[in-house]
Amino acid sequence: MRFRARVRVMPRATILDPQGQAVAHALGELGFSGVADARVGRAVELELDAASAEAAREGALRMCERLLANPVTEDFALDAVEPA
Amino acid sequence: MKIAVVRFPGSNCDADALAAAADAGAEAVYVWHRSTDLQGADAVVLPGGFSYGDYLRPGAIARFSPVMRAVAAHAAAGRPLLGICNGFQILCEAQLLPGALVRNSGLSFVCRPVCVRVENNATPFTARYRPGQCLTMPVAHGAGRFVADQATLDRLEREEQVIFRYVGGNPNGAMRDIAGITNQDRNVVGLMPHPERASEALLGSSDGAAMFALAAVAAVA
Repeated sequence: MRFRARVRVMPRATILDPQGQAVAHALGELGFSGVADARVGRAVELELDAASAEAAREGALRMCERLLANPVTEDFALDAVEPA
Repeated sequence: MKIAVVRFPGSNCDADALAAAADAGAEAVYVWHRSTDLQGADAVVLPGGFSYGDYLRPGAIARFSPVMRAVAAHAAAGRPLLGICNGFQILCEAQLLPGALVRNSGLSFVCRPVCVRVENNATPFTARYRPGQCLTMPVAHGAGRFVADQATLDRLEREEQVIFRYVGGNPNGAMRDIAGITNQDRNVVGLMPHPERASEALLGSSDGAAMFALAAVAAVA
């Protein structure tokens, strides 16, 4: 079966995110008030052939640990695994 | 002394590194990233550039190139391995060096000469420098901010694994002004500045040339 997995990779909270700061600043410049913080990460959509949703989830998690996220600087979350 | 310069798709300082190694008297050869044969090289250089277009993260894809298995074995055998700029990023991604290199704190690509202080000369690549000596070499990177957790940073300081530190201005926001580090065995070195672009007076500085002159050290090793 084919599944679609959505992975979210974010810079770790303890690491300065200058991209997020620039976005927050730009939003303020545009007149959006009350933007206390912004952080910019990355989303990866995977289409996976697997025997079950659980197997697809397991595979996606291993991919995050091995390649999609840097364990030194980033945290990841698997947002959804659903039939494609 | 034979020095292999690895070429990844997107490497762009490979020719400069090869020339600097040859000028230092080494037999300098290219090794394509698909190869798993380092041609018996005594030392290996991962040059600067934008391997795989910096896709995902700088160095993240290159670390899985076939040649990296041979490079890791070369390092595990205690042989000299140097990563310059993108090469440093690849070594961190491959976990041959601790920490990571992330987007410059100022967001802009920084391309200018900087000064770095030699903090430790007990590596094959820094043996010809004096501790405390300041070198002028250019940086050219958008993601050169060295980061690691506090425990790792403290260990790097305690074990004297910080090799180069920025002085007179930190171009990228690197933690503790770190410009280059080594591994515990002292045979793997990574740095963001470009010694190969400072390898003869005509280029504005020859301070980097001695990094490629490692014959005597390797002979002892």
